[in-house]
Amino acid sequence: MGEIPILKIGDCLLVSIQVDMHDRMAMALQDDLTERIVATKARGVMIDISALEIVDSFIGRMLNSIAAMSRVLDAVTVIVGMRPAVAITLVELGLELSGVQTALNVDRGLTMIRRIIDADEQADAGRGR
Amino acid sequence: MLVEADETMPVRTSDDVVRVRQAVRGRAVAAGFTLVDQTKIVTAASEIARNTVDYGGGGTLRIEVLRSGARRGVRLTFTDQGPGIPDLAKAMTDGYTSGNGLGLGMSGAKRLSNEFEVQSSPGQGTVVRLARWK
Repeated sequence: MGEIPILKIGDCLLVSIQVDMHDRMAMALQDDLTERIVATKARGVMIDISALEIVDSFIGRMLNSIAAMSRVLDAVTVIVGMRPAVAITLVELGLELSGVQTALNVDRGLTMIRRIIDADEQADAGRGR
Repeated sequence: MLVEADETMPVRTSDDVVRVRQAVRGRAVAAGFTLVDQTKIVTAASEIARNTVDYGGGGTLRIEVLRSGARRGVRLTFTDQGPGIPDLAKAMTDGYTSGNGLGLGMSGAKRLSNEFEVQSSPGQGTVVRLARWK
C-alpha cells in the first residue's frame, strides 16, 4: 500500500497526489494529514490534484473532510491544479466542494494561503491577542 | 450495432475499483472519446464500481465498445449477487445514502451517462448498465 508524502514548507503542508488512489489510501491520507497539522502546527494545507484524472464522490468527500478538519485545527486548506475535464465532470456529478478553497496552481495557492493566514493574524492582533 | 470489444473483469476490492477506472479509460480512449467524455464515463464507472464492492458484496464488470453507424460508444454492465436495492426510486435520489457516502453515486453516474438502467430486487442482486456515446 503506497503512502502519499506530506511535505512541510514553512508553516504550510504540501500534498501532491500523484497516483490513482484507492479508497483506503484516501482515508489514510486524511488521517496522516490531520496528525501532521497538529504535530507541525501548520497554518495552511495545500493539496495538488493536477495529476488526478478523476475526482469522484468519494475523493470529493475526502477533500471536503480534510478542509473541515483542518479548519477545526486552525489551518486553511486550498486545493490546486484541478484539471478542466475534472471540474466539468464534478459539476455534472453534482458534487459541491463547498467548504474548499481552490486555486489554479501551486503559486496562486500559496499566495491565497498566505493572504488568509495574514488576514487572520491581523484580526487576532486587532482583538489584542 | 457492432460490438468491437468485449471484456469482463472482477469488481471485488477497492484495488479493483482503481483497475476498473484504468480499463474504462483505456476503452474510452480507444473508442476516440474526448478528454471530457473519457472523464465522465470513468467517473461514472468509479461510482458504480464502488457501490458494487461496498453494497453488492463484489461482482463483475463487462465493458463493451460499440459501433452504431458512425457513432461509437462504451457500455458498462455491473453485476452483483448482493442484497439488491429495496427502493430503486429512493436510491436514484440525490443525497440519499444507505451508507456513509454523499448519496451522489447512482444519481451522479446517471447524469454522466447517455443511457442508464438499473435492475434490482431484494435478494436478487443488482445489474447497473450504463453507456456513453461520442
